[in-house]
Amino acid sequence: MQQPLEPGTVVDIRDLHTRYGKAVVHENVSLAVRPGEIFSLVGGSGCGKSTLLRAIIMLLRPVSGSIRVFGQEVIGLSDEHALPLRRRWGVMFERGALFSSLTVAENVAMVLREHTQLGAVLIDEVVALKIALTGLPADAGAKYPSELSGGMRKRAALARAIALDPELLFLDEPTAGLDPLSASGIDELVKSLRDVLGLTIMMVTHDLDLLWRTADRVAVLDKGHILGIGSMTELSRLEHPLVREYFHGPRGRAAREQAWKKK
Amino acid sequence: MALDRQTAVHLAGKTMAAMEIAQLEIETDTASVPTSVNVHCAGTWTVRGVAPIEQRLVALVSTDAGEYVFDASAISALDTAGAWLLHRTIHELKQRGADVRTSGLRPEFSSLLQLIASRAEMVEPVAPVKAGLLAGIGQQAWRGLLGFSGMLAFIGESAIALLRSLVQPRRIRWRPILHNLQTAGFEALPITGLLSFLMGVVIAYQGADQLRRFGANIFIADLVGLSMLRELSPLLTAIIIAGRSGSAYAAQIGTMKISEEIDALRTIGIVPQELLVQPKIIALVIALPLLTVYADVAGVLGGMLMANSMLDISYGVFLDRLEEALSLSSFLTGVIKAPVFAVIIALVGCFQGFQVSGSADSVGRQTTVSVVQSIFLVIVADALFSIIFNWLDL
Repeated sequence: MQQPLEPGTVVDIRDLHTRYGKAVVHENVSLAVRPGEIFSLVGGSGCGKSTLLRAIIMLLRPVSGSIRVFGQEVIGLSDEHALPLRRRWGVMFERGALFSSLTVAENVAMVLREHTQLGAVLIDEVVALKIALTGLPADAGAKYPSELSGGMRKRAALARAIALDPELLFLDEPTAGLDPLSASGIDELVKSLRDVLGLTIMMVTHDLDLLWRTADRVAVLDKGHILGIGSMTELSRLEHPLVREYFHGPRGRAAREQAWKKK
Repeated sequence: MALDRQTAVHLAGKTMAAMEIAQLEIETDTASVPTSVNVHCAGTWTVRGVAPIEQRLVALVSTDAGEYVFDASAISALDTAGAWLLHRTIHELKQRGADVRTSGLRPEFSSLLQLIASRAEMVEPVAPVKAGLLAGIGQQAWRGLLGFSGMLAFIGESAIALLRSLVQPRRIRWRPILHNLQTAGFEALPITGLLSFLMGVVIAYQGADQLRRFGANIFIADLVGLSMLRELSPLLTAIIIAGRSGSAYAAQIGTMKISEEIDALRTIGIVPQELLVQPKIIALVIALPLLTVYADVAGVLGGMLMANSMLDISYGVFLDRLEEALSLSSFLTGVIKAPVFAVIIALVGCFQGFQVSGSADSVGRQTTVSVVQSIFLVIVADALFSIIFNWLDL
């Protein structure tokens, strides 16, 4: 089981155990995310997908195991040492987590002001560019998060996550709560971010369409264990009843057919 | 192809972060009026690297050569910020009629540049809108007016909800009332008692010196008793509760408003006023007079201790004098104010909570306003009471 670290592995998790109080969330979770791939975590509600994400981005401290990001162990890392690492990744939270007292443009600009020495004019332009990249209309920049629709808020959150051109992007439920049209817009966006900017993307999602269309590899989590890791096609051949139900249920089949048509 | 940049960045690893910097070398031909400029771009053109060359590129645009050749072959990393800077420079040069050529850009970088160019039309930095002085005053006044009429409407709605509950006592929600009695009343006992006790001590301390000069030591009981019962303890208690519970009401209702819980209540068919406002008003109207009486006792106790230690007045003598000095009316004039203060505090706190809109900032602002406003109104009401009692010769 213990293989040597593949060179260039972006996220490498070994034998991870996490707990919330007495409830065990993960047991012996191991996985590796390769550079430039879109890696997705799937599983039923409460199976610990988001918790795993939180552990990787150092919002939660696991009980034991190891998490390496860009080759660096993040468990127990001091804030001072974590900063260079934090600048190399961007996080989009499930509900956006935009700062409600700042406009969308200010939300994005804040990251740039904090971490770069760019001039004010260039920052404003880069901010407008990021907002345009996520497909928001230009006038959305002057609005406050409370004035935006759910889909626009997700895009604004994405604009903030990519503000620093991170090498690694974490997306927590990027399409949850969106209409199909906006959701497929996000599909395209995720793909083009990877293709053009060369990002590595790790996401948590329930969205089968998004999975079929974008994910290179997928890990299925259930009750704190990993049931399987592989491409969607590989996973759909797995025999585990839960996985079968997930991929061959009516929704799973429809999404797969859609994806085939697209290809 | 996208992987190239990724692995390049990754392999360079830690050294990369230290020397992430973009370089620029501008070569002008030797003619007195330069006609052709060679621009050699090198290094990491990334969001963290381009800061040093930003100004030089701006300066480059304002030169007036006819031809610019960008040699981008030595750019080792390019991200959206770097690509934007390159695109902007080239675009601005072209716009003023210069001939611009780019060479040596890696294929993955040029596809990024194309993406940026395709989105460039949508890029317009937002300028914050600033209102003039006069417009600012107007907006402020209008907001004030709206706030006032909103407050009146709120008082009206609360009164109607209260009347409805009185007609149909089944509608009264006892559990929240009890809960509020516990949090706003019972849990405030220690702080109210302590502050009131200290207030009694301070008054006796200040008064003792003056009274001793006139040999009127015994009147310390009048001083402490009357000032605490009539004025200080109702006022002090109200101010403590305004800071303690009024702010909590505003913050609670405000946060519920932001997370759409208030809307959820409406759709379930519960009037928010009935569930959130009324129990608070009722509980505070019960709790504040009780707290005031408690503060009376604590204040007088403080004065009595002080009288004993500074003026050698024994507890028995003090209490005898207190009985003579105080009438029922001096007790009642104090306690009767408390329910009025309670209504003011609960109404202002809840109203400001409902005024919250949108942001976390707004919760903080309205909470502050609720405390300032309710303390202000409590003191105004106290002054009005003084005038009325004066007319009535109480």
